[in-house]
Amino acid sequence: MTTIETNSPLTNSNPNVFRDAATMTRRNLLRLSRTPQVIVFSTIQPVMFVLLFNFVFGGSIDTGTSYINFLVPGVLVQTSMFAGSNTAIGLAQDLESGAIDRFRSLPMARSAVLIGRTLADATRTLITSTVVVIIGFILGFRPSGGPLAVIAAVLLGILFAQAFTWVFTFMALKVKDVEAVQAAAFLPVFPLVFAASTFAPVENMPDWLQQFASRQPVTLTIDAMRDIFDGTNPGSSLFWSLVWIFGILAVASTLAIRTFNKN
Amino acid sequence: MIIQANGIEVDFGSVKALDGVSLSVADGEVRGLLGPNGAGKTTLVNVLTTLLTPTAGTATVDGLDVCTQSREVRSRIGLAGQYAAVDNLLTGRENLEIVGRLYQLPKAVAKARADEALERLSLTDAGDRQVRTYSGGMRRRLDLGASLVGRPKVLILDEPTTGLDPRTRIELWEFLRELVGEGTTVLLTTQYLEEADELADQISVIDSGKLIAEGTADELKAQMGGDLLVARPADRELVAQVAEIVSGLTGSEARISETGEVSAPVSNKVETLVRVASALKDAGIQISEIAVQQPTLDDVFLSLTGDDTSTDEESSVIQ
Repeated sequence: MTTIETNSPLTNSNPNVFRDAATMTRRNLLRLSRTPQVIVFSTIQPVMFVLLFNFVFGGSIDTGTSYINFLVPGVLVQTSMFAGSNTAIGLAQDLESGAIDRFRSLPMARSAVLIGRTLADATRTLITSTVVVIIGFILGFRPSGGPLAVIAAVLLGILFAQAFTWVFTFMALKVKDVEAVQAAAFLPVFPLVFAASTFAPVENMPDWLQQFASRQPVTLTIDAMRDIFDGTNPGSSLFWSLVWIFGILAVASTLAIRTFNKN
Repeated sequence: MIIQANGIEVDFGSVKALDGVSLSVADGEVRGLLGPNGAGKTTLVNVLTTLLTPTAGTATVDGLDVCTQSREVRSRIGLAGQYAAVDNLLTGRENLEIVGRLYQLPKAVAKARADEALERLSLTDAGDRQVRTYSGGMRRRLDLGASLVGRPKVLILDEPTTGLDPRTRIELWEFLRELVGEGTTVLLTTQYLEEADELADQISVIDSGKLIAEGTADELKAQMGGDLLVARPADRELVAQVAEIVSGLTGSEARISETGEVSAPVSNKVETLVRVASALKDAGIQISEIAVQQPTLDDVFLSLTGDDTSTDEESSVIQ
């Protein structure tokens, strides 16, 4: 069997996972740029949380600092958790449309399909996080750590979002159906976001709930972000937050990529 | 053989989607894989495109094992699926460039191939528009284009015209015919006999996870027992008389259908047709319809898959 050289596909090299991930990220960002309404609505939601909690509960909750300073880091993490469920929905849509089958039939690094999606979603979370911080500033959010501290704290939030995005990715691959995924994604989100120091201090919760709330990743990450925003040493909360983040990232991404490669 | 499948079995739980399918496709051949919904066509395509690992059996594409050398297999195939897997929010050109990049082509090559594919499928003018503005036919063409940017040795088209209106289907056939004329090996699944007849050199008929027949369109039709002379008198009272004349001239016993149609197998079709027509005229019988019919692939298909009730005799011939 002879092969015409000019007609042969490039098969020599193994697919480059970084290049493929960049291509897939570009695809998802292009999609995002064509649906600005998605960005608008996914930004309105956290802004509403900032406004509502600040004005409705702000006066009643004693946090030891100004409530808006307490609230902004909480909303940043809450937003990223909610945004993660969008990842699951988008992936389930791709699975249904046949787009994923097309990608899986290409000589690409398959994991890039998932990496590209989570990276594009991290970009979206960065946009909404920036808006939340700006709204916070308008309402009197004054972290004492300076601009670099703000950037560091927001990045920790993004890293946290990235870890949970992989959890939702795994869920989407298991559940597959768009509507089921949408419903399922909220199951882990609500207890983690509300049984935490997101909107109110853990110390005021009943003892049994404190046991859970003070050890779970959302509280630890938000507490670390609060300290970073203020330029104080976050100490063990940052350490345990990172342990959670990288632990979740490692387990969820391994499970998701394995599930995706298998079928 | 550029595609070689041996005893492929796929189980979905207790359901056997494929039950020992073997298939050999020669280099440059256009093979039609014909079968009704749920016959196992897409399952076989998924095995050959490395999307699905078979429960049993082996398959190679271009000599490469689909299970153990899946990545190499994927660099040699192009898949256009029944769902037209192109991205609505991206432009036609962006869709093609991204697929080109994922075929591991350098940026400039991916760009050039995208332009080339748009040109070939008459989509150049629409290339910079978002796909959601495309018509159904344009989407299918773009999907085809996406399967071409990697210059695959084997093109797998999974029901490329399903769901299109007849005019758009014929239009797409023009493009497909051009593609298949270029010597690329093509595996085309379809539930339309007409489509297999139009495009494929060889047809494999699949039903309930098993291959039940294989051959050219003509060979499959010949299995139906050749041509049939059909005559229908204007006055239904006269069918018996017509049947007598037809039987006498064709030398085989004519059948009378419930709808008042008289039919008999013929070998020397034109001559017999003329003789029957003039004999009927001499007898003063008005004829509303007279013709020699070749069995259509539909007849073949229905009798092979056993879904037809009126041609029981023919189907027993084929068994």
